[in-house]
Amino acid sequence: MSQVKLTRRQFFQVTGAGLGASSMTVMGLAHAADPVFAKPNKLEKTTETRSTCPYCSVSCGVLMYSRKDASGKLKVMHVEGDPDNPVNKGTLCPKGAGILDMIESPNRLQFPEVREPGTNEWKRISWDEALTRITKRMKADRDQNFVAKNAAGVTVNRWNTFGMLVSSASNNEAGYLSAKVLRSMGVVALDTQARI
Amino acid sequence: MTNHWVDIKNADLVLIMGGNAAEAHPCGFKWVIKAKAERGAKLVVVDPRFTRSAAVADYYAPIRVGADIAFLGGVINYLLTNDKIHHEYVKHYTNSAFLINPDYGFKDGLFTGYDEAKRSYAKGTWTYQMEDGFAKVDPTLQDPNCVFQLMKKHFARYTPELVSSVTGTPQDQFLKVCEMIAATSVANKTMTILYALGWTQHSVGSENIRTMAIIQLLLGNMGMAGGGVNALRGHANVQGITDQCLYSEVLPGYLSSPAEADATYEQYRNARTPKALRPGQMNFPQNFPKWFNSLMKAWYGDHATTETNFAYDYLPKRDAPYDIMQIFENMHQGKMNGFISSGFNPLAAISNKHKISAALSKLKYLVVIDPLSTETSEFWKNYGEFNNVDASKIQTEVFRLPATCFAEQDGTFTNSGRVIQWHWKGADGPGESKSDQEIMAGLFTRLRDMYKKEGGAYAEPILNLTWNYTNPSNPDAAEINREISGKALVDLKDAAGKVLVAAGEQLAGFAQLVDNGGTACGNWIYSGMWSKAGNLTARRDPTDTSEHKIGQSLNWGFAWPANRRILYNRASADINGKPWDESRTVLKWLGDRWGGSDIPDMRPNAKPEENVMPFIMTQEGVGRIFAPQMAEGPFPEHYEPFETPLARNPMHPNNPKATSNPASRVYKGDMEVFGNRKDYPFAATTYRLVEHFHYWSKHSDLNAIVQPEMFVEISRELAKMRGISSGDRVKVSSIRGHVHAKAMVTMRLKGMKVDGQTIYHVGIPIHFGFKGLTKPAQLANSLTPYVADANSQTPEFKAFLVNIEKA
Repeated sequence: MSQVKLTRRQFFQVTGAGLGASSMTVMGLAHAADPVFAKPNKLEKTTETRSTCPYCSVSCGVLMYSRKDASGKLKVMHVEGDPDNPVNKGTLCPKGAGILDMIESPNRLQFPEVREPGTNEWKRISWDEALTRITKRMKADRDQNFVAKNAAGVTVNRWNTFGMLVSSASNNEAGYLSAKVLRSMGVVALDTQARI
Repeated sequence: MTNHWVDIKNADLVLIMGGNAAEAHPCGFKWVIKAKAERGAKLVVVDPRFTRSAAVADYYAPIRVGADIAFLGGVINYLLTNDKIHHEYVKHYTNSAFLINPDYGFKDGLFTGYDEAKRSYAKGTWTYQMEDGFAKVDPTLQDPNCVFQLMKKHFARYTPELVSSVTGTPQDQFLKVCEMIAATSVANKTMTILYALGWTQHSVGSENIRTMAIIQLLLGNMGMAGGGVNALRGHANVQGITDQCLYSEVLPGYLSSPAEADATYEQYRNARTPKALRPGQMNFPQNFPKWFNSLMKAWYGDHATTETNFAYDYLPKRDAPYDIMQIFENMHQGKMNGFISSGFNPLAAISNKHKISAALSKLKYLVVIDPLSTETSEFWKNYGEFNNVDASKIQTEVFRLPATCFAEQDGTFTNSGRVIQWHWKGADGPGESKSDQEIMAGLFTRLRDMYKKEGGAYAEPILNLTWNYTNPSNPDAAEINREISGKALVDLKDAAGKVLVAAGEQLAGFAQLVDNGGTACGNWIYSGMWSKAGNLTARRDPTDTSEHKIGQSLNWGFAWPANRRILYNRASADINGKPWDESRTVLKWLGDRWGGSDIPDMRPNAKPEENVMPFIMTQEGVGRIFAPQMAEGPFPEHYEPFETPLARNPMHPNNPKATSNPASRVYKGDMEVFGNRKDYPFAATTYRLVEHFHYWSKHSDLNAIVQPEMFVEISRELAKMRGISSGDRVKVSSIRGHVHAKAMVTMRLKGMKVDGQTIYHVGIPIHFGFKGLTKPAQLANSLTPYVADANSQTPEFKAFLVNIEKA
């Protein structure tokens, strides 16, 4: 296999299916005679993963190359357009070409925080504290304000005093799960970016 | 999109209006270039600004913001007056022959049934004449009450002279565009329309699109390769989140959610299970009970049975609208306690920042779930002139939870062309970030456990919600995807008793759904995306499977519904099933079934002589030229933006009630803060830049480097009038607030002659704010009005009034 010369397109076809678990070194291509691989390549020892640019609804196919950092976290270190995607055919626009910097933005949130009423700063809290405090708030609110029947005696089973906006950058699966959860609580005030 | 990105290459004419694909959707725009290069297609751009789409257009015509219906109404008049319509298509595939209630009427800008106090219409006269349970028709189209004749009468007022006066488009340029559009009325020519927020973000947004839908029906362009009405949407999964129906009025799959009027399950179901309005039509929504009952099986399993009315009472019933404008109005009135904002930046994204900020300040608790540090999460924090608030006076408890982003999750996104595509996790999220579904599961399971332990208000729907995920605190995307797609709960058999799908197996599609509880399916339109064959959204074969290489990659991902790539594709063939253009065959009758290059949008064995019409989701079976479903009228009419630079609506100069959309909801306190043309004489519009995506990419270094700072764009004439040079710092004010920015003086905007005066525009890119790596700025929505489209409630971001001066 290491002796085989592949074009770039063939290379991706070989490394193809599903999660791109193959790396160039596994393929044995890092030192092949092909000039593409003649010098040390920054994508060596990376994992290739198929993904979708999260910005506009062209939803361009992207290839992400990642490897573990010193702390053992898998990090993306290069992104490019997916040449197999029938819509973008490998291209990315000025927005999409910058997504690595969005993934790696210094403004990424790292841990749960709370800003207590009237104060002027964030305070780091644990996930357990955050979720427990939020759900206690929600339960107290729901128990106090749940409307089981309207004035006419019709069963309405709704909770009007709480609401949620759901992201258009969420996966379908996360969005669906949110719809399911919110309706089970009786939430009627829900909406999404799609409105705008 | 009724069609899809690659299909744009099949167009003979591409009209971009209400959008700017070259900058907002660059990689999709390549298909426009392909159509030009390989088909010799023409590109026409109609826009207030000479955009980069316009820069490569074959023809450009300027238009004043908020005048699109006047322009398009003029196109309809041109097509009818010059007999440039696709007669066979209009006769068979639209409701042009349907007879309307003789009491229906239109006078002085108002349709019959207007209630000024309620700002809404009683639609009792916007009805079909009925006979034996079906709508009456006149196939000769001569009856004065038929839709065709009413349409002619309605749009006859949109003369080229009046259109030019309302829109500011010079008459010769308007007529040139009409002529180019009219050329696609022949059977084998198609036009595609690409639009975006430039049409939706108006108080008449839905009617902008409706007017174009009428044009596409008149030209016979719906269902055709290279045709359709194509919304170029926002985020990579804005289509998918719309389809999962994360909004109040619908449940997943666009199933209208219960309201107070639907007291019982029977009432609810019957009100949503329509009868065909013409004989022999598919009237596909008659399957509503199968879709709804299967959804309730997915959510409530054994608790959702025929005996329990499919757990109907577990669902909340709406007492009022709960769209985003109403939600923030309620919040502003102090009627809400808690709120979660997930991956959304409402402080920037919803109109009138001042009002949104005041509303958030009235909450007891706010939870922000986001990968990034957004303005909304710090609405309470003072950023000087950019966010001038007093934190000590804001008593909202704010939680901020770090979410992973797309790169750090498995799951699907649905593109604008309805293609659902799986993506794989390629990185770990930073710090302690968690995925949206893990966070929602965390909140849900905790809440459920509290109800289990402590009891509380109506706990049953929470306790009984199906939650059989392998990892209940972090459900796997594949498991949820299978739940959405649907499975059999009992053996599903054919008429001969042969098992088609065994109990427990994934369904092949929504055709297998039943209404007796034998199937579970979280979203009927997504049914089949994960079938017995596996995860079809992960398919990656880009091969063009179509006969004439029209760009149908049917084995790439999975398109809803049923992997169909072009909606209404039965309309691409004539009444006998012969394609209007055989060189771009989408569908054709093969003698015993429908076939061709797409999944038929038709019962596969419906013989042409059965006259089953192509628009299967309507009760009529045909496309609606007359549409009583709309809030402000069954035909589109031009109304001015709520903040108009004119003294009147030139279409209805003597009726102030018809100046702006008579059916748009306006809240107390908001009407008072509409600006007037004396203090705010310029027509402002917001827009987007090629280097940025909404309020998101400003957190990306690369994008912040290439487009680092807030600016506003004005014409040379306006600059001269106000003594402004390019690069000057300016102050742009509306009655609601102001922003500071650099001035960019260009030739892309020009003064326009409208209704006897000259109108100047101010263009305002939306991307900048007080968080991010770009220079801090006031949010652009500090300027925009709190009023929205009467149907969709999309705020009017695209047409309002400002003043501009040197700062």
